[in-house]
Amino acid sequence: MIELGKYAGAVLGAYGLSLALLGGLIWQTLAANARARRDLERQEKHG
Amino acid sequence: MSIWEYANPVKFMRTSGAILPWVVAGAAVCTVTGLTWGFLTPEDYRQGSTVKIVFLHVPAAMMAINIWVMMLVASLIWLIRRHHVSALAAKAAAPIGAVMTVIGLITGAVWGQPMWGTWWEWDPRLTSFLILLLFYIGYMALWSAVEDPDSAADLTGVLCLVGSVFALLSRYAVFFWNQGLHQGASLSVQSGERMSAVYRYPLYLTMLGFGLLFLSLLLIRTRTEIRKRRLAALQAREMRT
Amino acid sequence: MIALLRRDLRLAIRAGGGFGLGVAFFLILCALVPFGVGPDTAALQPIAPGILWLGALLACLLSLDRIFALDHEDGSLDLLATSPLPLEGAVAIKALAHWITTGLPLIVAAPLFGILLHLPGAAVPALLASLLLGTPALSMLGAFGAAVTVGLRRGGLLLSLLVLPLYIPTLIFGTEMIRRGQEGGDTGTPLLFLAGITAGVLAVIPFAAAAALRVNLR
Repeated sequence: MIELGKYAGAVLGAYGLSLALLGGLIWQTLAANARARRDLERQEKHG
Repeated sequence: MSIWEYANPVKFMRTSGAILPWVVAGAAVCTVTGLTWGFLTPEDYRQGSTVKIVFLHVPAAMMAINIWVMMLVASLIWLIRRHHVSALAAKAAAPIGAVMTVIGLITGAVWGQPMWGTWWEWDPRLTSFLILLLFYIGYMALWSAVEDPDSAADLTGVLCLVGSVFALLSRYAVFFWNQGLHQGASLSVQSGERMSAVYRYPLYLTMLGFGLLFLSLLLIRTRTEIRKRRLAALQAREMRT
Repeated sequence: MIALLRRDLRLAIRAGGGFGLGVAFFLILCALVPFGVGPDTAALQPIAPGILWLGALLACLLSLDRIFALDHEDGSLDLLATSPLPLEGAVAIKALAHWITTGLPLIVAAPLFGILLHLPGAAVPALLASLLLGTPALSMLGAFGAAVTVGLRRGGLLLSLLVLPLYIPTLIFGTEMIRRGQEGGDTGTPLLFLAGITAGVLAVIPFAAAAALRVNLR
């Protein structure tokens, strides 16, 4: 484990929050894409 | 071969589907390596370990501005050439830009707390980022409020043009209003001001990684929008018959 | 064009409180602020320019959605769009009518409300000049926001979200000018900036607003 000194909270907090936000964005993007693809496939099969 | 060919959604879907895996792989490699490398850099003698935040802060801030510029260009292309994919790309880019702005603001606040002794300072750079976030929120709100997709694309396009002018104006107005604590550009070309190579190379890598990350998210989101549009068109046709 | 202006003004007066409502809102705001921050002159004086400008901003915002909404409902907006008068001109006239009904009364009332907030007499010329130069831009930008949101059902909240960020430069230079007037400093620079922003807005925004209206009338 590398030494972060007295600013460990700040550094880890910044990385944690940013990665959480990016992760949320990626998850939302993929989920919306999967939903759109599924809906479209169902529609094309039916119609 | 010109970009106008990609006005055809089918062609856009085929090409973007083919390059998407490469872009995603590049984004993952660059971002993960860059951030890990950045995290393992030695401490700065003045800033201690907080210098590691730069590898998130600078690329996110850079992308926040670049994404708005990309939206401006895409809106112009839509307004002038009625290029449908372009309008959808502008729509798809806005949430990514907003998240990048929020990351820039949060990492800035977390960094400013130990360095300047305050979470928030009404500094020109910070303030203009807050204003940029307001513009992103307004833009997205307008997209979701207008029902007819073409009208929504037109209105948000006009808003993006006016908003760009005012975002720029606000940026210079806040300099007039308050002088800041924020240091100047981190990557200036004058050699005396430059940060040392230990930090510079991982920073370049994360900047590239964030750029590719934006590109891959943008492609996926645009594809989602095209599929949604096609679904709506199919459903409308079914209703009529 | 003059007929349109006269019609809009008459409608605003007949609708009741076209002139009075904005000023009344402004008065309430200036009366409430001392309750929030305390009655000390030392506390009120430095924030007086900001309060006065914010009051003008919010009072202006209140009546924005009326610029086009009523005409859109009864169809006279479609008539305007097909009339020989260019839509850009109609937008400018409507913004002017809005300014006369809300901006002008605010400017007349502002020195009085300045007294409530302990604004020194030396700052009054700067206050008047900044409002006179700044509020036309507020009305014009508001007309743009109203044009964008005219067809929407929940337009009111969205309108303020879209328009308020556009007011930031005007707000900055307006308050800066009063502050300098208060301290007896040089008001020339913010004055020029304020005038420049207003001139630019008046020249360009009618085209953007008319484009947005055309989209909404399609």
